Amino acid sequence: MTDLSKRLTEGVATPDGPGTVLVGIPHSAAMGMQLISADDGEATMMLPYSEALVGDVATGVLGGGAITALLDTCCGAAVFASKAKRIVSTATLDLRIDYMRPATPGQDVYAHAECYRVTRSVAFVRALAWTEGREKPVATASAAFIVEHKPEKKP
Amino acid sequence: MNGANARSNMLDCLSTSIPYIRFLGLMFERRGDEITALMPYKPDLIGNPLLPALHGGATGAFLEITAVAQLVCDTMLKDEAEGALPEDYAPVMPKPIDITFDYLRSGKPLDTYARAIVQRRGRRVANVRIEAWQEERTKLIAAAHGNFLLTSNGS
Repeated sequence: MTDLSKRLTEGVATPDGPGTVLVGIPHSAAMGMQLISADDGEATMMLPYSEALVGDVATGVLGGGAITALLDTCCGAAVFASKAKRIVSTATLDLRIDYMRPATPGQDVYAHAECYRVTRSVAFVRALAWTEGREKPVATASAAFIVEHKPEKKP
Repeated sequence: MNGANARSNMLDCLSTSIPYIRFLGLMFERRGDEITALMPYKPDLIGNPLLPALHGGATGAFLEITAVAQLVCDTMLKDEAEGALPEDYAPVMPKPIDITFDYLRSGKPLDTYARAIVQRRGRRVANVRIEAWQEERTKLIAAAHGNFLLTSNGS
């Protein structure tokens, strides 16, 4: 396991949540994001509802950017969790987000990402964020990441 | 209150009263009808501590909020042109419909700036392009384009 994938798959367990806090990613940790699972090209994360991340004071709805950050992190985790085990680093190339409905105030936001193709240079990912249930998405994402593989060992 | 002051006050109000904008530490400067948004560097914005690089989600949220700030200012200008603003005036907050982010360079641990260009503003939807840079205006670290809903009731 590489240092980077370790950062994404190992965190500090929290007594009051289903996942581990992503301590290796300062911005995600500051937001309180938790990694629930990352395996086989798929990742699931949770962003606990927090008043600090509210974008609309009148309704208590989280800022759209908080959902963007959650989906970006979740997509990156799915790339590291892909079957191409030798990935040592990734960087987001592009990310498209479609916002379908506001995140329900007071509720935690879940995200699931699937890395469905990895080439020598690029990984393709799609993701979904929801509060009420997966059939009522808050937002969907589609992303491409530049990946670096660990060089093959010479025989 | 004259319109220019009202617009500057509204921008101050955005950065002090919206929790998520405060969480990111964003500030806005207005010159006429052009807004430059500033994201001062802080360690909480880092996504990759090894490089180090800003979190793509933080950069993305910054671009998105820059577009919202520019659109709100434009709305106020337009409303002013149609008559003096009432005491309890509150402009409608634009909501993102979809946004595509292009990450062009890794964001260094430095202050970041952004400006939004409204490509077309219709009655219901505005199409906006946003650019972010650090030390050099011509070396963008990220760009985005997106559609924002300008009506409050979703109709």
